[in-house]
Amino acid sequence: MDRADSPDKPSTDVIQGTLDMLILKTLSLEPMHGFGIARRVEQVSRGVFKVNPGSLLTALQRLERAGWLSAEWQQTANSRRAKIYTLTRAGRKQLEIETSEWTRRASAIARLLKAET
Amino acid sequence: MALWRQLTRGLHALTHRDAADRDVADEVEHYLEQATAEHLARGLAPADARRAARLEIGNPASLREEVRSSGWEHTIETLLTDLRYAARRLRRSPGFACVAIVTLGLGIGASTSVFSAANPILFERLPYPQAQRIVTIWEERKDGGRLASTFGAYRAMVERCQAFEALAVMRAWQPTIVGGTQPERVDGQRVSATYFRALGVSPTLGRDLLDAEDVLNGPRVAIVSDGLWRRRFGADPSILGRQITLDDVSYTIVGVMPPRFENVLTPAAEVWAPLQYDRALPPQGREWGHHLRIVGRLRQDASLEQARGELDQLLRDMATIYGTALADYGVPAGFVVTSLQHDITGAVRPAFLAVLGAVGLLLAIACVNVTNLLLGRGAQRRGEFAMRAALGAGRGRLIRQLLTESVLLALLGGGLGLLAATVGVRALVALSPPELPRANAIELDTTVFAFALGVSMLIGIAVGLIPGLHASRTDLHSGMHPGSRHTASHQFTRRLLVVAEVALALVLLVSAGLLLRSLQRLISISPGFDPSHLLTMQVQTSRRFDPSTTHNFYERALDAVRDVPGVETAAFSSQLPLSGDLDEYGVHFEPEPGGPPEGGYSTFRYAVTPGYLGTMGIPLLKGRMLDERDGSGAPISVLISQSLATRKFGSVDPIGKRLYVGRQGQPWYTIVGVVGDVKQASLAASESDAVYIPTVQWYSVDNVLSLVVRTRGDAGTMAPAIRNAIWSVDKDQPVVRIAMMDELLAATAAERRFAMILFEVFALVALVLAATGIYGVLAGSVAERTREIGIRAALGASRHNILGLVVGQGMALTAIGIVIGLAGAAVASGGLETLLFSVSRIDPITYAGVIAMLLMVSAIACWIPARRAACVDPSITLRAE
Repeated sequence: MDRADSPDKPSTDVIQGTLDMLILKTLSLEPMHGFGIARRVEQVSRGVFKVNPGSLLTALQRLERAGWLSAEWQQTANSRRAKIYTLTRAGRKQLEIETSEWTRRASAIARLLKAET
Repeated sequence: MALWRQLTRGLHALTHRDAADRDVADEVEHYLEQATAEHLARGLAPADARRAARLEIGNPASLREEVRSSGWEHTIETLLTDLRYAARRLRRSPGFACVAIVTLGLGIGASTSVFSAANPILFERLPYPQAQRIVTIWEERKDGGRLASTFGAYRAMVERCQAFEALAVMRAWQPTIVGGTQPERVDGQRVSATYFRALGVSPTLGRDLLDAEDVLNGPRVAIVSDGLWRRRFGADPSILGRQITLDDVSYTIVGVMPPRFENVLTPAAEVWAPLQYDRALPPQGREWGHHLRIVGRLRQDASLEQARGELDQLLRDMATIYGTALADYGVPAGFVVTSLQHDITGAVRPAFLAVLGAVGLLLAIACVNVTNLLLGRGAQRRGEFAMRAALGAGRGRLIRQLLTESVLLALLGGGLGLLAATVGVRALVALSPPELPRANAIELDTTVFAFALGVSMLIGIAVGLIPGLHASRTDLHSGMHPGSRHTASHQFTRRLLVVAEVALALVLLVSAGLLLRSLQRLISISPGFDPSHLLTMQVQTSRRFDPSTTHNFYERALDAVRDVPGVETAAFSSQLPLSGDLDEYGVHFEPEPGGPPEGGYSTFRYAVTPGYLGTMGIPLLKGRMLDERDGSGAPISVLISQSLATRKFGSVDPIGKRLYVGRQGQPWYTIVGVVGDVKQASLAASESDAVYIPTVQWYSVDNVLSLVVRTRGDAGTMAPAIRNAIWSVDKDQPVVRIAMMDELLAATAAERRFAMILFEVFALVALVLAATGIYGVLAGSVAERTREIGIRAALGASRHNILGLVVGQGMALTAIGIVIGLAGAAVASGGLETLLFSVSRIDPITYAGVIAMLLMVSAIACWIPARRAACVDPSITLRAE
């Protein structure tokens, strides 16, 4: 199942607990379907993170139930249905909270690591 | 809001499962399609692109499953599936289901019944606001006995103790309501005006008693209960200000208590009036009589310790405050402060704790039995579990399925148990000792339902866990292979459980045995009189009668009773043995010439009409009985009991010696006879010092006397005729407390009998359960070892050998269980100690009897599977392979 863009640097799973933030961030740019979100995360992270489809789809369901995303079924060209997710106002607020929380933690870790060396 | 969305979405998914599934499937399919399209765009051939996408995403089915199972509704879905499956399994083996459900139902029903009766007594707070702050205060005698308090002591507490928010005093009162068709005696209380305040309750209609009303010769006011208000006044809302005649005195009704008011101190009380004692505390007055109960409500910030400290200080000051008045009655040795809760439930607490323990043991045995059944069934279902594990069910999933099954069983058992408890509670209350505290608070309320539900759930998990762990450990290969014989571990567990069952049953049987023997000992004690064919009733006279009218009435009533056909003899006595009467007086003997003055002996005082001792069948040991010579003008004659004679005179002949009873300044009474000892308080009580004085020679008048009638035939049927004979003399005098003497005798052992009957029933059920447990394990083991037994038989083992093999196995388990149970019983019987009577808690006869019984029953339980094993035909079993 491992999908690596380059054989020397295998991509890793998204850091525990950050998937929600990444989804919210991705959707803050434009509404998207599940696969689009996965690809966008992988591309923007330049292949460092890979998104497990199972985790992604359950996270989308969870975020939608939390009211941070709204979902809409759209008819695709070949008569299939695609579920398009849009960030809601609550979701935008949540993204801000999670971003600032993440920044706080990341900078703390960065400081710690700097102090160590 | 988010929670609401969670709920509605989840519910929607639950109710529209197909649509929800389609959505998930579509999303997964779309994902796959997009991934394929991407690979196509990179130049892969369509088939390769699809394969690459598949590789990336994994199995779409498990992806769908993953998404689908992420919501909370999935848990419920699994639970419903498991429940459906469990119900189907139970339906398919109705025999097993019935046995398990009935066993659990018995256990849960019994424990729920006992819990609902024990809850108000052992656990629940009294139904008053901040009930933990209500205390009672008793006086303590020098010998450590408890004594009712005096009004004098109460007044001192009111004036000097700071720890109490309210202090109240009360005495029982049994006034007769006159007017209407028949005089009705009701229970009531004379209380200080603070009584309801101390309890924290107030009338629903009208007002509470006022302090100004609780003074000597204060206004005659009364508060009535809701019950009395409805019964006698038709719930008339304009009752306030109406008059009620109690004991020939007219009272104004000022209040009606709430319907739910539970008066724990005198549960039957229906009317309350102010006590109205003299606050000047005259030294010879009733104010210094020990007949009052004190309740107090502690201040918010005061502790029990503070109250004790203040009362101890008060005790030291009493003599200086009251001096002379107290000298005659003696300063109490101490004050005892206990919580009201403990005070009213303390007496039955040991019995209820013991019964609660017993029912706990019973429940444990029921659980062990069902666990055993489930283990046995688990062994039969190993193939099924192996198959499910092979199809991908995890261990947790298998355990969950089995737990669902056992919890379903337990809940069904719990439902059955609750049904049984509705009957059981009533049976329990009927069996319980008379004057059970808070009896009217015993009901199947929400607490009890919660208890039954909680116990059922716990049991469901407890009985399912071990079989679940066993079943889920199934080795796939051997599990699917029908002939496999890897059964050692579950057989070992089952044997352990049987040992536990035997041990628990032994504890119950020993406890029941000890109680049975105590009761036998108690009942074999002679009360000192002949209780058969003896009818008793209490006859009261109006307080307005003067002494001669009273004597005259009793004399004519006695004549009328003696004329009733079937009456052999009849007599009156001021107190009746074993009826709860406790009328004690100090006896002072004439000092030897030149000797020191004699101290008082506390004795039971009986004012009797001459025929009393003959009617009761109390034997005369020396001298003569009281008779017609001992009239009102004659020198006073007295009979003493043998115990008093021995205590005072030893071997010296007491006839002709002199004494007086009660207050000072009386002429000497002459001892004319010595009679046998009588059990007054209870069969278990040892004090029996008594004096018998003719009613007409007693210095005051008892206006409540008990009639004893010895009849030729069945005494019970004669009560109405005898009562009518009394009423033929004066129809306004109440006749109450009609009872057969043998009933009273039985009632004194009621608490022990109550515990014993329950233990007996529980122990019997435990024995049956243990026996079926042994039988079940051996039968299962024989069935699984058929092949081995066949081989043994083929190799020349005789029927005898095989019988011995199986029986020996079962008896070994029983023996181990007995040894463990003996240790348990030795410990558990400690909890019974207060209920035992002249039987040691390690009484060897009881233990030996119980062990013999257990061995016998288990031998029978072993015999049936053993016979089956012995009948195994080697040619058939070996060919079956």
